[in-house]
Amino acid sequence: MPENLLPTGHRRIEQMRMQGIVKKFPGVLAVDHVDFDVKAGEIHALLGENGAGKSTLMKILYGLYHPEEGHIYLNDQSVVIRSPNHAIQHGIGMIHQHFMLVPSLTVAENVALGMKSSRGLILDLEVVSNRIRELSEIYGLQVNPNSPIWQLAVGEQQRVEILRALYRGAALLILDEPTAVLTPQEVDDLFRILNQMTADGHALIFISHKLHEVLAISHRITVLRDGKRVYSIPAESATKEILAQMMVGRPVVLRYDLPPIEPGPALLRLEGVSATSDRGDEGLKNISLNVHAGEIVGVAGVSGNGQRELAQVIAGMRPTTAGKIWLDNDNVTNHSPAAMNQHGLSHIPEARMTDGVIKNFTVAENFVLQNHGRKPYAWGGLFMNFRSITRQCKTAIKDYEIKTPSHETPIKSLSGGNIQKLVLARELSRQPRVLIAAQPTRGVDIGASEYIHHRLLEERSKGTAILLISEDLDEILALSDRIVVMYEGTIVGEVKRDAADVRTLGLMMAGSKVTV
Amino acid sequence: MITDILKASVAASAIRLATPYIFASLGETFGQRSGVLNLGVDGIMLLGAFAAYYAVFETGNLLLGVLAALIVGMLLGLAMAFISVTLQAEQGISGIGLYLFGLGLSELLFQKTVVTPTPIDGFPRVNLPILTDLPVLGEIFFHHNLLVYIAFALVPISAFVLNRTTFGLQIRAVGQNPEAADAMGISVARVRYMTVTIGGGFAGLAGASLSIALLNIFQSNLTAGQGFIAVALVYFGAWRPYWVMGGALLFSTVNALQLQVKTIENALGINVPSEFAVMAPYVVTIITLIFASKRVEQPTALTKPFERGES
Ligand SMILES: Nc1ncnc2c1ncn2[C@@H]1O[C@H](COP(=O)(O)OP(=O)(O)OP(=O)(O)O)[C@@H](O)[C@H]1O
Ligand SMILES: [Mg+2]
Repeated sequence: MPENLLPTGHRRIEQMRMQGIVKKFPGVLAVDHVDFDVKAGEIHALLGENGAGKSTLMKILYGLYHPEEGHIYLNDQSVVIRSPNHAIQHGIGMIHQHFMLVPSLTVAENVALGMKSSRGLILDLEVVSNRIRELSEIYGLQVNPNSPIWQLAVGEQQRVEILRALYRGAALLILDEPTAVLTPQEVDDLFRILNQMTADGHALIFISHKLHEVLAISHRITVLRDGKRVYSIPAESATKEILAQMMVGRPVVLRYDLPPIEPGPALLRLEGVSATSDRGDEGLKNISLNVHAGEIVGVAGVSGNGQRELAQVIAGMRPTTAGKIWLDNDNVTNHSPAAMNQHGLSHIPEARMTDGVIKNFTVAENFVLQNHGRKPYAWGGLFMNFRSITRQCKTAIKDYEIKTPSHETPIKSLSGGNIQKLVLARELSRQPRVLIAAQPTRGVDIGASEYIHHRLLEERSKGTAILLISEDLDEILALSDRIVVMYEGTIVGEVKRDAADVRTLGLMMAGSKVTV
Repeated sequence: MITDILKASVAASAIRLATPYIFASLGETFGQRSGVLNLGVDGIMLLGAFAAYYAVFETGNLLLGVLAALIVGMLLGLAMAFISVTLQAEQGISGIGLYLFGLGLSELLFQKTVVTPTPIDGFPRVNLPILTDLPVLGEIFFHHNLLVYIAFALVPISAFVLNRTTFGLQIRAVGQNPEAADAMGISVARVRYMTVTIGGGFAGLAGASLSIALLNIFQSNLTAGQGFIAVALVYFGAWRPYWVMGGALLFSTVNALQLQVKTIENALGINVPSEFAVMAPYVVTIITLIFASKRVEQPTALTKPFERGES
């Protein structure tokens, strides 16, 4: 095999260099004179808070956005990347923060999409499937070319994305937060694949908010803040603390003390609750659980073991098939979300883009989504008090450090982490008695995570009963008074804060009953 | 001519009456699969019907009539594509605008040219050797005009294009997840322009099948809302050509029965108020649509304009 070819038979990109890149959006300088480069055989990680400009910089490299200023060089040749098609021709592939697959199509169809067919106008899915199998062999990426995407687990969908990029001859692959939705096992798998790809001469760009991942996988690390490049360092000489400080611009606390609080009465009670999952099987089986005032109960577990159903059942978004739910001392089983809100429940949903906000509404409108008919946002329940809405919303933007050009910006143009902060601000502004926080810091940078954690602890000291559902064990361990572990729709165990450690929790998450 | 249809068996007339629905709803299927809802089908059908009729009225050349309907339909489809894709206008509203435009303009042109509905010699029935002479089957299946056969031939062709070609794959992807298609280097706008223009052409042919093959006449509002039924049939058929054809046949069968209601009444010795007979097809549509709820093939991006995040 000639020196400059990859195992896929495509040409390597020895070096990619972006120089002085500038990109403006209305009201934001998203990327501000950034230099960035990556070489064959290397993983270069890109770090930064939410809205720092990571995705934007990468979308420029992939031809989705066009920079106002700056140059891109491939193997020292200046190129202008006009479109994704053009990027693909140059050997650049991208795996987006939100997957770009068509759910109703099969794996092979998704891979064939936009490619020339060997049979002219007619699809050649057999040829595509065979090539997929070949590539699966080379990189150990197991997928069935004939499965429709919607039937695949998230980790498998990601493998399809990677396969598709390889199929198209990607020599340089951009991975925008590829681990955000993966289970720890899936992350291990992904890293094995990425390591093999670099060993074979691919150039990789890796974006993540999880510092331990970045330290584990990358060779070099670059930090962006407010659209500027602030720091670049070889991974060997980096530590979590330095990186956190560089991203946020101040030292960040990574571990908290929980002041002892005498828990009050049980504000949220579940008795033998069962519910059906989207797949139609029993997603929740006979769950009994109490959350007391001034207590954070952490729900740990590998994703897809009933956590989503649990949150939705309590929030009134999914009907129960058995059991009872009590808020305070009222039976609220199968009440509507609105009724739950009336009873003092707040819910930070896991799928915040679909369940938490209305994409085309402005920041301010989303901020008053549930309370728009109540004081201080409306007079007499009818007329919106825009002055008060604006004032409250601006305060929230400032308190929560939400990065947005104004309160009138449509929420869809905010970065993922900032949308999450707005949902949190809204839910907490309602002074809840019971709070369900589902994956509250998923996709959120460490500065904001720290802030969100502090707010949760503050709620705890105010006597709110908090159910914290998270796949991030570190988060669970840092914040919870008690931890319950879910496996296949049931609670397999409960651990007190002091008795909990990662190993036992990990075992329980894998389904073994452990008594502590 | 009407008596002609009456004399035919219900099955044969159902097949004939299905022709405009099949043309129009197959065309609409292409557009909707790519995410564009064109409610203006009926308006395009009217102008297509007029164009075909006028061409035949003036020249007597039937193929010229078909060509005229096809071109007019494609031009109107192109206009709809421009409005909904380039200008990103609300699709429901602009479709209704297109319908009213077609309704008004076809009427106006007719009044300025032909004035009184004058029958013309439309497509004759094709006599096939042996087949046409088969008892019963010959009458039902092999005694139709050319456009009927073309319409039915387009069903497998459309299914093939949608399911087996690269273009079809692009259409399905653009209708389901335009962001993904865009990221894969497919021009969402180009695909939608093509499907909506094809849909317009098919709607034009649907009009022609009425004015120069089925009824052989033109008059104000000749289609009487058949284009809207065609849109409903696309939902009914869950965006699949064969199912859409099934829906069209179901619907045209009700039509055919309704046309023969007097004969049937006499045979059975009952009396159905004529209003019920006229309502029947629409009641059937509504009932079937209630049961035809969301399915896998539903283009999730239907009616949603696509715009890359960049401004
Ligand atoms: N299409 C757009 N229109 C307007 N503003 C945008 C658009 N895309 C991004 N922005 C803004 O540009 C800035 C950078 O956003 P970007 O998505 O690149 O952040 P990020 O570093 O990827 O953040 P995250 O970690 O939350 O994904 C943000 O302030 C964001 O609001
Ligand atoms: Mg991003």
